[in-house]
Amino acid sequence: MALTGVLRPGFVQVRVLDMQAAIDHYTKRIGLHEVMTGEDGRVYLKSGDEFDHHSVILRKADHAGSDLMSFKVASEADLDSFEKRIVAYGYPVDHVPAGEQPGIGRRIGFTTASGHRFELYAHAEFSEPKPLIHNPDVWSVEPHGMGARRFDHALFYGPNVDENLDFFEKVLDFRCAERLDTPDGLLAIWLSCGMKAHDVAFVKHPEPSKTHHVSFELESWADVGHAADIITCYDISRDVGPTRHGITRGQTIYFFDPSGNRNEVFAGGYTYYPDSPTRTWDHTEIGKAIFYYERQLNEAFLSVVT
Amino acid sequence: MPAPYKITVENAGEATCYENERVLVALERAQGFGRLKNLPRKLPVGCRRGGCGVCRARVLSGNYRTDPMSRAHVSEADEAVGLVLSCAIYALGDLSLRLEAPQPHKQTPNIT
Repeated sequence: MALTGVLRPGFVQVRVLDMQAAIDHYTKRIGLHEVMTGEDGRVYLKSGDEFDHHSVILRKADHAGSDLMSFKVASEADLDSFEKRIVAYGYPVDHVPAGEQPGIGRRIGFTTASGHRFELYAHAEFSEPKPLIHNPDVWSVEPHGMGARRFDHALFYGPNVDENLDFFEKVLDFRCAERLDTPDGLLAIWLSCGMKAHDVAFVKHPEPSKTHHVSFELESWADVGHAADIITCYDISRDVGPTRHGITRGQTIYFFDPSGNRNEVFAGGYTYYPDSPTRTWDHTEIGKAIFYYERQLNEAFLSVVT
Repeated sequence: MPAPYKITVENAGEATCYENERVLVALERAQGFGRLKNLPRKLPVGCRRGGCGVCRARVLSGNYRTDPMSRAHVSEADEAVGLVLSCAIYALGDLSLRLEAPQPHKQTPNIT
């Protein structure tokens, strides 16, 4: 088996100011399904094209942003092995018991030099709806809204991006698919744990623990256009797009949830193989790197985070 | 007083704001029509949903209602003295506003 260790992004816990408005946005508009509400009020969501129990958790809070992102690893033994490696690197590791989130096994947690909490887990129960597996039709429940197929990745903002790169490569066995350098040093990295162009990304920013966007994958460029129609029709706050990223080549639109957290829906992007060289960008083409058609950053890209 | 309402931005100009319209959205439209000529910098527009904090403003006079605003950017004490996120307030009459200076970490870094 080619994929070992960290398999893929698992879930992201998003802070929301108005729970019902958030549920409506992520289910009716982005197209996720509500799995359940936990005893502490957190709401668990998934795409109908994901097997595991949930991929998005909404937590009511008095400020926006995200609490954590998790990755699923291949086995329980991987959890023990990653814990040793993370501790050896010098980061404390804490333990979250199975069931703290319904349907999810034990997790280990740690905080990166950028101030972000990440967790690893090996076990997740399935929940409905999920893809069919015997003589499968293309879906078990007809897609709705933007038709998000999965929680795909997140982009975080914080300091010490160089150390994050070193940590994710050396300790979690990620590879750097693309990087953006400026005369002031490394500005941003796009990291892959599998064969996608990115599973998590970081941009250098003075404030730690910030979230730029949480991203969902769509089937096609036409679906990105349909998402844009939904964004205007339901007066969702649009940031930029539809456009394409030079980095990853994803076809994209950025918008905001009702609490001001940036979302992305995107399609496409290249396949990243473990032997692919890192693609590099410099400050002279930063506009094209981020927004390939506009060829310039909008003011919000570097300054608007939660 | 029936809508539309007049939003006066201190030292910058005026905007027209309709019923149930976010004040920031009214300012964006006014800027598009060239009615906020004297803004010291481009109108700060971020998430438009009360989360990111870039559109902080101080209401100098007038009545308004609010949506939830991130407490990371507007504390209860701020809110009590009229500090708001202009995207998360709705005019209930004519308003007078002062745009707040951006917080240092919200300024776009110079990358060129």
